[in-house]
Amino acid sequence: MKSPLPMKPLLLASFTATSCVGRGTQATLDALRARRGGLARCTFADVRLETCTGEVSGVDGEALPAALRDFDCRNNRLAQLGLHQDGFASAVQESAGRWGPRRVGVFLGTSTSGILQTEMAYRRLDPISGELPADFHYAQTQNSFSLADFARRALGLAGPAVVVSSACSSSAKVFGSARRMIEAGLIDAAVVGGVDSLCLTTLYGFHSLQLTARGPCRPFDVARDGISISEAAAFALLERCPDSLDAEAILLLGVGESSDAYHMSSPQPEGLGARAAMAAALHSAGLQAQDIDYINLHGTGTMSNDSAESRAVASLFDATVPCSSTKGATGHALGAAGALEAVICAIALQQDLAPAGINTKEPDPSLGLRYLLENRTARIARALSNSFGFGGTNCSLVLGRAD
Amino acid sequence: MGGQALTLRASIEGIGLIGPGLDGWSLSSGLLAGTSPYASRPTVLPAPDLLPPAERRRVGRVVKLALATGLQATGSAGVDAAELPAVFASSGGDGHNCHEICVALTESTPQISPTRFHNSVHNAAAGYWSIATGAKEPSNALCAHDASFSAGLLEAMAQVVVDQTQVLLVAYDAQYPPPLYQCRPIPDAFGVAFVLSPNAGVRTIAQVAVSIGGEAGDRMMDAVLEALRASIPAARCLPLLQKLACRENACVHLDYLDRQCLTVEVTPCR
Repeated sequence: MKSPLPMKPLLLASFTATSCVGRGTQATLDALRARRGGLARCTFADVRLETCTGEVSGVDGEALPAALRDFDCRNNRLAQLGLHQDGFASAVQESAGRWGPRRVGVFLGTSTSGILQTEMAYRRLDPISGELPADFHYAQTQNSFSLADFARRALGLAGPAVVVSSACSSSAKVFGSARRMIEAGLIDAAVVGGVDSLCLTTLYGFHSLQLTARGPCRPFDVARDGISISEAAAFALLERCPDSLDAEAILLLGVGESSDAYHMSSPQPEGLGARAAMAAALHSAGLQAQDIDYINLHGTGTMSNDSAESRAVASLFDATVPCSSTKGATGHALGAAGALEAVICAIALQQDLAPAGINTKEPDPSLGLRYLLENRTARIARALSNSFGFGGTNCSLVLGRAD
Repeated sequence: MGGQALTLRASIEGIGLIGPGLDGWSLSSGLLAGTSPYASRPTVLPAPDLLPPAERRRVGRVVKLALATGLQATGSAGVDAAELPAVFASSGGDGHNCHEICVALTESTPQISPTRFHNSVHNAAAGYWSIATGAKEPSNALCAHDASFSAGLLEAMAQVVVDQTQVLLVAYDAQYPPPLYQCRPIPDAFGVAFVLSPNAGVRTIAQVAVSIGGEAGDRMMDAVLEALRASIPAARCLPLLQKLACRENACVHLDYLDRQCLTVEVTPCR
């Protein structure tokens, strides 16, 4: 694979995350510090599966503005809930005021968007005509673009907008797309992030692949048995770096992407695609492997992912680099995982906290990584976050402190 | 840089085109230029011979469409598909697969086949493309509903300009079955692909300069082609294809998001 050109760092002018561990960055930090997870026995809809999920509480209570009521679905309610944490929406509006609404783009990732709406509408087909109910709004709910369309309208933006839907790498790859548009000069700022919400397709689909864990997922454990599906909304506002930065400022330093060319639902066993994405991210950041102080692993908790990912990490990094998957706490938020874990890395950088991988009791010795079972407090200047997905799509991000 | 509209420039090195009455760029350019009459007939999809036999049986119409269209473009550009980053843009992916899953989920004990599930991802075409061609370069899978072609073009142009690389763009859509058809009436399959390059060469078909701006997208003069443009999101590229077919300097406006277009200046090279 060709090496990418080095990129100019971008500022995360604002960022936020809402997941089953809490609303906003403070609640997320509190959960990480307390090693508290949000996974519980699946009680979603009428699903009868022996598995745990990471459901965000209060999503059903979120009411969309009247003008956007056609967008009403679980995914957009979760998007709205997420946008209103940490003053994120206000920061975006401030940015739009500075640059103009046409100069702020929206690049969001989702794997299933509002498909739950369609799943439920199929239970209400007209018994005679077989037609969908009149209150079903395809474009505003099921269609993948629904998320970016909703966020763009809710935030009053008028710049380029697109959804990246590449399964579980979606909301990592949006950082790359936004970065290029800023670099090209088409826009001055970008709302990036991801939202995915619980639905029957993913719960029954991953179950059919025998990839769902019975209890809360245990990434990198010797007895790991699959993923815990969850939901999340996570966002960042990207801007060019100003001349002077706060010491606390967090930067996007590198983005690396690759394809496995191997299989639709299994990673390349040696982790070659994952390795290529991490190497590309380091290259675009102008960094070496030893410059990374913490790796937030994709770490889904399946046998095959954790094995392939560990080989990829071990082939590129020194065995002493602290690693963990935060999916033991947050579950696997699928198309929102990349953005959620980028925000967790931003929190880790600000707090000098490398979070433990919870639920994991006995790290698989054959994987050979320095997998954190306890929180580690030490200076983190640069962190790398991995996101890999079905179709063999890989994306790694490098984030760092400005000081 | 704030404030001014910006232009992204690239060379078109190869074109793929499959749609109703359209079988490849070389057979279609006369129809689009108006030198021979266009007649719509159901889209013919080539078999995905490049895929391993096991995968070949598993793919739906949209994947066959995307693969065949992409291969036409890389073939006409004379480039190795495995060497190119790719951008896949579709307004909705595989409607038939989605329908079958939604039907299965109405059962009291839902069963979804693993293949149906992994084919449900929006990046299925990108994944199968990578498996079929051996491409390990990055690929993107985009959706912008009716604006998906223009969104894909912007992403591909940004990659060409910023990453200084050749890029394959494939935009594709296929029909939805009932009852989804009632809210997404896409009548047939349409795919378009471009190999875009930062530098012009001996094979360059045209140079394009793309910017965001303009109030309304151009329409096709021919009523049947206009119906095609309006009914399949990927076919929103038709005004651009027509200018490329006419081999004249031209300025085209393509539908993008609400009250916003892409402006494409076309300079033919051969």
